Amino acid sequence: MLPKADFQSWLKELSGQFDIFGPKENGKGSVDWQRLEGGELPDLAPGVPKGSIKTFFFPQPETLLEFSARPKQEDAFRLKEPKETDNPRLLVGVRPCDARSVVLNSMPYEQDPYFQRRRQSVVLVGFACSQGCSTCFCTWTGGSPVGTEGLDLMVFVLEEGLYVESVTEKGERLLEGASTQRQPNDSELQAVQKIRQSAPSGLPEAMEPAPRLKEKDLMALYNAPFWQELSDSCINCGTCTFLCPTCYCFDIQDETLKGKGRRIRYWDSCMFPLFTLHASGHNPRGEKVKRVRNRFMHKLKYFPERFGPLSCVGCGRCVRDCPVNIDIRQVMKELLAI
Amino acid sequence: MNPYLPYPARIDDIVVETEDGNLKTFRLVLENEEERSRWNHVPGQFAMLSIAGKGEIPIGIASSPTEKGHLLFTVNRAGVVTTALHKMNVGDPIGVRGPLGNGFPVDTELRGKNIVIIAGGFAFTTLRATLIYMLENRKDYGKITVVYGARTPGMLLYKDELKAWQERDDLDVHITVDREAPGWTGLVGFVPTIAGQVKPSPENGAALICGPPIMIKFTMPPLEEVGWTDDQVYLSLENRMKCGLGVCGHCNVGPVYVCKDGPVFTRAQVQKLPVEF
Repeated sequence: MLPKADFQSWLKELSGQFDIFGPKENGKGSVDWQRLEGGELPDLAPGVPKGSIKTFFFPQPETLLEFSARPKQEDAFRLKEPKETDNPRLLVGVRPCDARSVVLNSMPYEQDPYFQRRRQSVVLVGFACSQGCSTCFCTWTGGSPVGTEGLDLMVFVLEEGLYVESVTEKGERLLEGASTQRQPNDSELQAVQKIRQSAPSGLPEAMEPAPRLKEKDLMALYNAPFWQELSDSCINCGTCTFLCPTCYCFDIQDETLKGKGRRIRYWDSCMFPLFTLHASGHNPRGEKVKRVRNRFMHKLKYFPERFGPLSCVGCGRCVRDCPVNIDIRQVMKELLAI
Repeated sequence: MNPYLPYPARIDDIVVETEDGNLKTFRLVLENEEERSRWNHVPGQFAMLSIAGKGEIPIGIASSPTEKGHLLFTVNRAGVVTTALHKMNVGDPIGVRGPLGNGFPVDTELRGKNIVIIAGGFAFTTLRATLIYMLENRKDYGKITVVYGARTPGMLLYKDELKAWQERDDLDVHITVDREAPGWTGLVGFVPTIAGQVKPSPENGAALICGPPIMIKFTMPPLEEVGWTDDQVYLSLENRMKCGLGVCGHCNVGPVYVCKDGPVFTRAQVQKLPVEF
């Protein structure tokens, strides 16, 4: 147990070792991930901050390779790995859904040295959700508002202070540095238990789409008639892919400036019409309905067939921010009805 | 091990294959001796050719793994990177990432079979790799039949090698062009038509078909007529690629990634996929 002030001084001490980031009011009317200085506490309203934490694991742009573009140099146009420059980072105020997204993204990125390097070096301090908001549905995707998947430390905010428990060895070692911590008393333990038990049921109509979707025939889901009407309102703005913690598609481009070049990776969106365009002009997903259908089929059918869980953590960002109110929960229900 | 880091290589030779100049075969040599001797690929696999400052392109490996010391890539000039590549000279630096993809099952399912290779236009590249591999391991395969066609005689690839193959008695080669052309004394007719005339027997057969979708569409009926089934037919799909590793999301056809689970699929597998390629 740590009283609030002690938690803050522990964070302040850690800021000597880590660059600390957490959700904070960004002066533009939303709460988003920003640098926290001097032991600042994160702003934690119920639900999730605007953006996900994927930016800390595959940032954009990410320099994959560098090269010299000066023809006279001996190693001109030879691609090389860049030098490591990031300080170790600590994210405080991570919701269980966002932490779980890191574990899910780790599956396709298993062989990716850039992602895995950050996975090893970024510390995740989670804050359990004692209540959700109307767009939360983590329990539908195999998650939980008090889940610890992907976290190094988990914090329960109580009246008396912050109850911190370590999830990984890395977390435990860091927690040992909080010198003023004390053991929680019985009533505090009870308060934590109460949150653990009541939080999941506070979410609307929890259901388990994953196993049922796995059993359904792929082409039957693909050919379902509801896709056309669903995609009619989509404007392919890409907001869903941008904010989604488990959307991980990217583009790779080479850039040169003043004799120096780099090959960079940055987020791309399957919602954009040119995503699948061939040099010949042929475009397999040139029609909007194909793009919209592909995104949901990937998240709810193709990814689980390959890796197991749905490629969705139920954070609700897409539901909250889609300008035309397309709701992935509705898509799940439609698919389950096939 | 960084799968995004290409092996440094140099262009060793450039051959203009077609009369319009749009297809060139590049012979590349990997610079590091260790990487050069360690390289091994399966016919049908591809590699990402990397031009620093321009980007990468997925190109089928046209040389067989038995052709040691160098790699051949026949590249069509189509977009930004291929145009830059076509402007390059012998001695210029280039990167190679690979081998990628699954290749034809030359050492497993295709062993002992009667092989029918059907190709149109410049889709013949990885089938050259396959054919040479099979000729180097001739006793591992049964009858080998080749039907290869292009729009005009000038658009045929590997013209010298085609002549040599036609003279072998352990190969049944049919080269065709779409229309009559001055000086051409060979077959005339679209590839599907010639395939229909050759009528290769499906008995213990495997057909490797590469070409534009329309060619494949019209080649299937004459084969089906003589009894070929979908699991005997192997296709090589193409799609827009970026990472080549099954991660970036550009090349997926439904649940499969053409770069990682393919590019070779049986027709039976393709029939179960959404038509998004």
